[in-house]
Amino acid sequence: MEIVYLLIFIALLLVTVIIWIFIWAVRSDQFDDLEGPAHKIIMDNDDIAHKKDSSE
Amino acid sequence: MSIKIDTIPCYHCGLPVKNGKSIYVKITGVDRPMCCYGCQAVAQAIVNGGMADFYKFRTKNPSKPGEMLPEFFQQLKAYDNPVVQKHFATTENTNGENIREVSLILEGIVCAACIWLNEHHLSAMPGILSVNINYSNHRARVRWDNSKISLSEILEGIISIGYKAYPYDPDLRQRLIEKEKKQQIQRIGVAGILGMQIMILAVAMYTGEWWGMDELFMRTFRWISLVITVPILIFSSRPFFSAALRDLKNFHVGMDVPVSLGIGIAFVASVINTVRDAGDVYFDSVAMFTFFLLTARYFEMSARKRTAESTEALLNLQPAIATKLVNPENNYQHQISIAVAELKVGDYILVRPGENIPADGIIVEGTSGVNESLVTGESLPVTKAFNDAVIGGSTNIESPLIIKVDKVGDDTVLASIQKLIDDAQNNKPAIAQIADRLASKFVSVLLLIAAGVAIYWQQSNSEYWIEITIATLVVSCPCALSLATPTAITAATGQLARLGLLPTNALALETLARATDFVFDKTGTLTKGNIELVKTIALENQDIDDYIQIAAALESGSEHPIAKSIIQSAIQSTRKIKPAAEGITSISGQGISGIINSQKWFLGNINYINEKCGLSDSAQQLIQQKKIDNDINDLTVITLATEKKAHALFAFNDEIKSDARQLINNLKIEDKSVTLMTGDHKAPASRVAREVGIDNIFSEMSPADKLEKVRTMQKQGSIVAMSGDGVNDAPVLAGADIAIAMGSGTQLAAASADMILLSNHLDHLYSGYLVAKRTLNIIRQNLGWAIAYNLLAIPAAAAGYVEPWLAALGMSASSLIVVLNALRLSRTKKEPA
Repeated sequence: MEIVYLLIFIALLLVTVIIWIFIWAVRSDQFDDLEGPAHKIIMDNDDIAHKKDSSE
Repeated sequence: MSIKIDTIPCYHCGLPVKNGKSIYVKITGVDRPMCCYGCQAVAQAIVNGGMADFYKFRTKNPSKPGEMLPEFFQQLKAYDNPVVQKHFATTENTNGENIREVSLILEGIVCAACIWLNEHHLSAMPGILSVNINYSNHRARVRWDNSKISLSEILEGIISIGYKAYPYDPDLRQRLIEKEKKQQIQRIGVAGILGMQIMILAVAMYTGEWWGMDELFMRTFRWISLVITVPILIFSSRPFFSAALRDLKNFHVGMDVPVSLGIGIAFVASVINTVRDAGDVYFDSVAMFTFFLLTARYFEMSARKRTAESTEALLNLQPAIATKLVNPENNYQHQISIAVAELKVGDYILVRPGENIPADGIIVEGTSGVNESLVTGESLPVTKAFNDAVIGGSTNIESPLIIKVDKVGDDTVLASIQKLIDDAQNNKPAIAQIADRLASKFVSVLLLIAAGVAIYWQQSNSEYWIEITIATLVVSCPCALSLATPTAITAATGQLARLGLLPTNALALETLARATDFVFDKTGTLTKGNIELVKTIALENQDIDDYIQIAAALESGSEHPIAKSIIQSAIQSTRKIKPAAEGITSISGQGISGIINSQKWFLGNINYINEKCGLSDSAQQLIQQKKIDNDINDLTVITLATEKKAHALFAFNDEIKSDARQLINNLKIEDKSVTLMTGDHKAPASRVAREVGIDNIFSEMSPADKLEKVRTMQKQGSIVAMSGDGVNDAPVLAGADIAIAMGSGTQLAAASADMILLSNHLDHLYSGYLVAKRTLNIIRQNLGWAIAYNLLAIPAAAAGYVEPWLAALGMSASSLIVVLNALRLSRTKKEPA
């Protein structure tokens, strides 16, 4: 049953990482706009980027 | 058939394309019909920019682009002025201060495709470094290189694809709320993630307690729980502790004190028990309680944030830029655009039609209709001529005005209304604090009991006195008490959002349920707020439609609401041949004349017609008689006439909302007193009151009168619910116990309201009232349960009958029951239709 100690240690490690990621996400504005990105990813197409190079 | 042609929608904005126009734009290979040159220009710009996909993605039609006059673009240039720009743009110190950043409010965004279109259009412009548009609040952040592109060119770019943008300066309060929101999310996240870990260990320990568990495991689990709880306590629960500390410093015991005590005591007791390796631990309670309460408070704060955003938009009422006449003696030739903030008393300014007047002043040249509804609530424009005073923030409707500024900044009427609101808000009735006061008494009593228990047991039976005291403190559940209200309100808020009724603070619901008096504003609240042609009466033997067409021809160039509603009626009529008028002359606020088919026509109020056409006495009597016969005497009536002959009467009314009567009826059934308060005149007020069934009417009230009246009602013991929409309602909204602003109303009204009726359906207000009543019931049940539990548990614990593990269970269970009971509210219950 001593394996439980190792498991708890791993769990704590994972939680630390998760919290670090979460705080990073909040700090970098990931939660500012919860609707926009969902639409953006569908609407993006590649012609536009192409267009930008040739724009006057 | 011709009707079929009529119904072809414009491919861009969706409005019907009128006959005779044949404007097309080739989009995705097909010629698409356009209703006007504005739409054509915008659609062409979108296609040329390679963004025709917009039409594929969009889920709603964009609004019709307004006409863009050259002067408007001229005005945009003012935004390039560094003095003006320093009010809203930030400059980076690299690259010779050319890299700048600005926040823009976008207007005209209707669906996600609009965001896509704007982002792509802007980022394709040379010199723009980054664009970021927020979907939920329609704000854009743009960084650009000022040596390659100017701000006015960026704004023009947005206009060219059919949207409008204003630079704005997010005020300090807004930034603070933004920061607070982020911190709150972090706190909730940390409490939630760590709380889950603690729960995992807690479940193991509970089962271990039952089935038996290795001593070493038990001890390790406790220590690990302790370690995980520390960040929750330090980081997540910090706002409770700092608020409690602030309360204590002010000798005031608020809700945060029992919350902090609950968390603090449970934690300290757990630490003591962990160290001495005996008794029970309550780490799971600490984590879950913190998580629940933080979440409830987060929703409360989101509502406050919305309010802050609407106050911020109020600044938009005042235009950022004014046209100053540098040399007034010199025929007003030399014009410059300056920031409104730079205006001084004594400056001469030019206000074009359609613009907002930037500051209070006196007209030195020009005559025009000015819409002052923000102060008076009167929906029709008021005619202003030489030497008349105008109010900053009101809108110039008809023709250019030259104004000498006599008040700026804090001295203006708008600023004084804002001050009235602030005062009213500060003196808000104190129902809000009752729950707090109750909690503070509870805590004081509890602390006294705990002290008594400790002393008693120490004297008589010293061995267990610590455990018994802790059990007393833990079992008495300030958690259930403090969760009772916020959880119920959070659950109800979700329910209300579905009705389009947004509470902006936590206590709004409770107060709405208790309200005894409902007060309504007229224009825009019970009525639709725009003038409509309700009746046309022909005095001569000719078809009504003919008269409407003639009137529409006369009014075709006018922006006045009456003119607009006549033109609207003319468009809807079946008549195909539209007459055209020439030689149109108008006297603002009086009437208009013009020649149609070599006949001179006059259209205006009765004085104007009498003066211009010289009607005989019998003709005048006939008009009077017709007005009485048709029951339009208390409406706005204008007459169409030729020389010596009256032809038709047009009656205008502000149409009453279809569900107003139903709402008033329902409120009366609930035994509420209903009152109408309006700034408008007596006749239209009593007409509306009669039609919806209100008996108490107060008309011709100024914003201060309304506030005074509501205060008197409150002194007589009424709890007043006020609904309104205009800036003139804002002070009384702030002063009422519960204020409901119409979503279609002005932002200032929304800013001083406790609830915003976004749907504008009045019957949702009644459904909202029912939800509020149910919420109040749930809150009462919750409080009743919490109090009953405490009355039972505290004496038992004080007497030493409660083991600490039972105390912890009781504490968790009582909180859980409160939360589950509150969740009953979010179940969709069929509302009475």
